[in-house]
Amino acid sequence: MSLSEDGTARRSAARPPLFLERQSYRRRRLMDAARLLPFFGAALLVIPLLWPDQSDGADAVPLSSAMFYIFACWGLLILIGLVFGFAARRLSKGEGRASEGE
Amino acid sequence: MATLNMLILVCLGYVVLLFGVAFAADRAAAAGKGKWLRSPLIYTLSLSIYCTAWTFYGAVGNAARSGLEFVTIYLGPTLVMVSWWWGLRKLVRIGRSQRVTSIADLISSRYGKSNTLAICVTTLAVLGGTPYIALQLQSITLSFSIFAEADPTGLYREGSSVFWVATGLAAFAILFGTRNLDANERHHGIVTAIALESVVKLVALLAVGIFVVWGIAGGLTPMLDRIDASDIGQWNVDTSRWTTLIFLSAAAFVCLPRMFQVMVVENDDESHLRTAAWAFPLYLLLMSLFVVPIAVVGLDLLPAGSNPDLFVLTVPLSQGNDGLAMLSFIGGFSSATSMVIVTAMALSTMVSNHVVMPIWLNTQEGSSPVSGDVRKIVLIARRLSIAAIMALGYFYYRLSGGGAALASIGLVAFAGLSQILPALVGALFWRGATRVGALAGLTVGFVLWIYTLLLPGMEGGIIPVSMIENGPFGLGWLRPQALFGIEGIDPMVHAVVWSLSLNTIAFCVGSLLSFPSPLERLQGAQFVNVFDHSASPHGWSGSVAQSEDLMIMTQRILGTGAAQEFFQAEAARQKGREGRLPEPTPGFLERLERELSGSVGAATAHAMIGQIVGGAAVSVEDLLAVADESAQMLEYSNQLETKSAELSRTARQLRDANAKLTQLSMQKDAFLSQVSHELRTPMTSIRAFSEIMRDTGGMSDEDQMRFSSIIHDEALRLTRLLDDLLDLSVLESGQVSLNMLDGTVQGVLDRAVATALTGGERALALRRTRSAERITLYTDLDRLGQVFINLISNAQKYCDADEPELTIATHDIGGQVVIDFIDNGSGIPPEAQAMVFEKFARVGSDKAGGAGLGLAICREIMQRLGGDISYLPEQGGAGFRVTLPLAFRQAAQ
Repeated sequence: MSLSEDGTARRSAARPPLFLERQSYRRRRLMDAARLLPFFGAALLVIPLLWPDQSDGADAVPLSSAMFYIFACWGLLILIGLVFGFAARRLSKGEGRASEGE
Repeated sequence: MATLNMLILVCLGYVVLLFGVAFAADRAAAAGKGKWLRSPLIYTLSLSIYCTAWTFYGAVGNAARSGLEFVTIYLGPTLVMVSWWWGLRKLVRIGRSQRVTSIADLISSRYGKSNTLAICVTTLAVLGGTPYIALQLQSITLSFSIFAEADPTGLYREGSSVFWVATGLAAFAILFGTRNLDANERHHGIVTAIALESVVKLVALLAVGIFVVWGIAGGLTPMLDRIDASDIGQWNVDTSRWTTLIFLSAAAFVCLPRMFQVMVVENDDESHLRTAAWAFPLYLLLMSLFVVPIAVVGLDLLPAGSNPDLFVLTVPLSQGNDGLAMLSFIGGFSSATSMVIVTAMALSTMVSNHVVMPIWLNTQEGSSPVSGDVRKIVLIARRLSIAAIMALGYFYYRLSGGGAALASIGLVAFAGLSQILPALVGALFWRGATRVGALAGLTVGFVLWIYTLLLPGMEGGIIPVSMIENGPFGLGWLRPQALFGIEGIDPMVHAVVWSLSLNTIAFCVGSLLSFPSPLERLQGAQFVNVFDHSASPHGWSGSVAQSEDLMIMTQRILGTGAAQEFFQAEAARQKGREGRLPEPTPGFLERLERELSGSVGAATAHAMIGQIVGGAAVSVEDLLAVADESAQMLEYSNQLETKSAELSRTARQLRDANAKLTQLSMQKDAFLSQVSHELRTPMTSIRAFSEIMRDTGGMSDEDQMRFSSIIHDEALRLTRLLDDLLDLSVLESGQVSLNMLDGTVQGVLDRAVATALTGGERALALRRTRSAERITLYTDLDRLGQVFINLISNAQKYCDADEPELTIATHDIGGQVVIDFIDNGSGIPPEAQAMVFEKFARVGSDKAGGAGLGLAICREIMQRLGGDISYLPEQGGAGFRVTLPLAFRQAAQ
């Protein structure tokens, strides 16, 4: 991370600073998001463990609802992954090879 | 009703189609065509070998038994895929930059190219993979048997069908998996065939699901109602199993050899991950979408006790939908075959690179690897490995009897292979991870996995029931399913938690306590900071490497064409060497090693180049050796310096000696010319006067008298001179014999004074202290007297005072007799003082007619007598000091 920050600093010296600041800032936040995504997903998938299950008798969550929740979470993760993939491609195209680093 | 023969026909047709696709893809790739072969779509689809027959059939069975738990197996990989940016991307980058051939190769390469580690991982992979292959064989056989039951006309024997399935799969893997040696060259044929199979299994499962939901249940809402009304219709998962299985499947997704093969080794382009990151989870979602409906409908429709693992087949069959059943069968067949082929390929690469090749290299010790056809041997090793692995799977299936135990083997294999995870994560993210730590972690995890999961889970009781219940030797805390007395945990969760946590602890502690080798540290930096630099892991020094040898070896491994192409490209890179063999520069050797490691693995390639180049990478030992050598050289140079100093000292001495000799020679010449001169002067007078006397007639008596006395005087002078010369040469040559006698200084002086002053023209006053002269001597008294006479007559002759006076003082100083002769003349000028004892040295004019030998003779005599004579400056006149050792006197007493 530190290295790409150095690299950013060097590049910003060569080009108009305001626009690039924002660009690299966006890129870094996007990487943060990429790092957080699996934890977010894991948190989503652990929530069902709090639900009342068969041992609680009639209050138990029906399987169809559980399926709906899990597949919805799954779909959400896929969607975020898709968006991130496109964003990463756009940014890496904009920044050239340098953005390949972390 | 589909007949068995029909099924077999369809099967064979499908296999032929796969062969065709694989063959066409290989041809297209070889011809440089088929860009779509390297598309992200193909990459994503090839990842789906994660979904084996175990998931194709078993997911429904799992759902029928324990509800939604089956979905954990898909959720783990989904989480891994969405974190591709900082996880898989790094893994793939490392795999590509280091030309890694398998997960064992990656671990070995990271931890200092250690083959021990590679063998560990290979063993683990084979142990975990074999039952997994058996599971696939079982699923194919089971699905066959379903059709066989429905077709009483067919002749079906389970045993032989398994055998033929295994043989067929081995043949397919050998044909397309070992066509080109470089495991790093993509197997386009196989990957494309797998992608096709992925589509087939997805379509098959979706078709069955759609048929179930809309064909049987009558739509989405009735289906959901039906689900809620079924036995599994309520949320019911084991908390610990839910989290553990998500984690376990995530770990296995990265660690499974076949996943590593398609994900890292077969990866063409890093950016494919970007697509796969969302497309593969989508694939998994679609695969699991209809699992629960199929399970619920199967439970409803089929008689109690029917195997839920085969609902995917039996539900369409029971509804008389043979075509769908056939499609479903093909889907299951696809899942099993693709998994078996890729696993066999990946395992065979590991076995041949890390077990067979090192052994072969060892047996070839001494002869360099150029002597054997390595290429052929690697290929044969790989083919034999595939056959052996398939045979192992087959025998495992026959031995285990294909019972229910196999159903759980998928998770057991997952747990076994996840033991690689700590070492892998450490390899990617922790520079401090060491070989020792990785070995310790792997060993601990491996042993615990076998003890807590593999052995207790095996049917047939490899370990007795009593041991499971009471622990080995009655040690309760060692019970395989309740380690340290903690009971009541699900066996799977128990095994995973203990093995992985202790594995991680051993790995961390081992890494913290050990010190990595230089190669490990270099590789560690390369792996962990792969995005910062993709520089070389180490340098070869190619100074002694032979390009021809390297070329021959490379040909043996890569094949002639590829090797020549590589060397030509290298030569072109080195400017000015086009058309010739490239110089073995470190950079070239490194690229060559990477190229070779793509074929035979990092450790083997390293060893092979090492054998030719003749030096391994620089290790601490090497550095120490170099340091030793430098120290030796320093010492040697010190010795040389000493010797050189000694030599220059000797040379200086020689120069000095030479100078002395030259001086002596000059002295001799001077002496000779002096002597001739001294002799010629009197001879000239004698000849002149004798000629006058001979030729002059009537000479007066007086004249005659005068001339003859001159001749006489000159003859005397000549004689004296010759006497002196003779005396001197006798003294100098040391041949003089001393006539030692007793006497006193006073007696010698008395005689000398009497002799010297007799007939003297001038008066010389003497001042002596007679009392001090009574010192007894034992010496050559005549010779000593000669010295005294000389000194006294010198004073008489040369003292230029008006009233010449000579003081003779005798002392006894520190055991020596010292006799000083000091006159009252003007003395000898300082510049002549050093010369007075030299031969023919004369001070002032030659009025006394001396030859200048007197003082030289005196010095020689005194040295013979053990004493000395020296000039005493600053005495008011000429002063000489004669020194005699008292030893002579005492010897006389």
